[in-house]
Amino acid sequence: MLKVLKSGFFTTLQDSGRFGFRNIGVPVSGVMDEIAVKKANILLENSPEDAVLEITMTGPTLMFDAPTYICLSGAFLSPTLNNTPIENYSVIKVEHGDILSYGRLENGFRSYLAVKGGFKGEVVLGSFSQYVPVTVSKRIKDGEEIEFDSVVHYEPVISNLKMENHFSGSNIEVFKGPEFDMLNDTQLKVLFTKDFTISEKNNRMAYQLTEKIEGYSETLLTSGTLPGTVQLTPAGRLIILMKDGQTTGGYPRILQLSEASISTLAQKKFGDGITFRLI
Amino acid sequence: MKSYPLSIKPFGAKAILVEWPQQVDHTILNDILLFVDTLKNQDSSSSWVWVPAYNSVTLIWRSRERMDFEASKRFIEQLYKNRNPQSEKRKHTIWKLPVCYEAEFATDIETSAHTLGISPYELIEQHTSNRYTVFGIGFLPGFMYLGGLPESLHIPRRKEPRLHVVKGSVGLAGKQTGIYPQDSPGGWHIIGNCPIPIFDASKEKPCFASIGDKIQFHTITKAEYDLRKIEAEIGIYNLEKVQPDA
Repeated sequence: MLKVLKSGFFTTLQDSGRFGFRNIGVPVSGVMDEIAVKKANILLENSPEDAVLEITMTGPTLMFDAPTYICLSGAFLSPTLNNTPIENYSVIKVEHGDILSYGRLENGFRSYLAVKGGFKGEVVLGSFSQYVPVTVSKRIKDGEEIEFDSVVHYEPVISNLKMENHFSGSNIEVFKGPEFDMLNDTQLKVLFTKDFTISEKNNRMAYQLTEKIEGYSETLLTSGTLPGTVQLTPAGRLIILMKDGQTTGGYPRILQLSEASISTLAQKKFGDGITFRLI
Repeated sequence: MKSYPLSIKPFGAKAILVEWPQQVDHTILNDILLFVDTLKNQDSSSSWVWVPAYNSVTLIWRSRERMDFEASKRFIEQLYKNRNPQSEKRKHTIWKLPVCYEAEFATDIETSAHTLGISPYELIEQHTSNRYTVFGIGFLPGFMYLGGLPESLHIPRRKEPRLHVVKGSVGLAGKQTGIYPQDSPGGWHIIGNCPIPIFDASKEKPCFASIGDKIQFHTITKAEYDLRKIEAEIGIYNLEKVQPDA
């Protein structure tokens, strides 16, 4: 059991997502930064679907009541195990009573805690991922206990990875979206030459950008949207849908982020800059 | 059976958007449902997730392998050619949903009726005397896009959306009417509340309605509403439905 002494700013249980219910409006949810989680699960030789804690901006304080192995990834929040600094992308043994806590946010926005065998929780519609109204609670709370299977001994094949962060750049790779052809020359020029800033309205549902581009007056019928869909509102605002984003929408879908760029964007916070690059 | 010129285009690296002409039309909706039925039958390896809405189907590639757009496009064209007109005669369920239009829930009924130049009583009368078609389910879990609102009830959405609209609220906006399946922000004019849960994750079928089904509202009193609400909370509510030929 993992005892949550303090939950941090916004910590949730997430797996690879909830599939098959998109036609009744249920978003896929799941981890925002798939690249970071994939690496942590690989190091622990977990299945790619195994659930992790997604820790946003400010870390929790957590106590393990059984031995196991963990791996941290994604944003670097200066983590310590019993007050000794630890690194991301390392398989670390923890013992009964060990306390994992976090400090300063050094880079990125979302950090992950993976455990050997994955964390367990309530499975709703085939997934552990927390998303209201599918699950009862939208986040991990103080005092909560999260299940995992204790592992006393394990020899990892690779015990750590030294690597550059996948999210340090500001380039966001995009495909043309279904309504790309609606854009005029002025809009196109601004879209691909300007630096855009992440607005304060950013969360697991969507990221809004601060700068606007020219608007439009056409209306469209509501149609499917995806994580990574860039919508343009009539007023010229750009909204990028993320993992908990709505499944349909009525705004033109001008761009579509590559899967890797969704992971990059997931590590951006209020005030960070991005530029769109067409692939 | 009429065939439409379909537009099939890539939607990122892992999805395809299939579009029918840009119209809200029952014939198009039925053609889309035929296509989706054919897809369900032929996609034996469950490679695709599909999201139909109004005049489109978004097909999302689930496999970890790369999606081959050209091969998928041919598969989609073949599916459309092979769609079975027999299932065109499918029966769509009509769901009868109770709504309490009393003042406690109908925050905007007076102002909406005034804008529309009718009395609140006439508004309720017109809202309950039509059957609405589910043209799509999306936006939020269980949110149904309902078409078929009489022109006399078309009203522009509120200039300022509310930050908090309560679960079950029945609203009007533009050419649409709908029910908020949970608490959410919203810009629709609220004219009543439906005590039946529209989305229930504990059910095997979390949303009772399917695209193509019809919804008919009927009036209940506050006392009936309270009773139905309690039933809903303890999970023993009954859904009234009729088949079209019944």
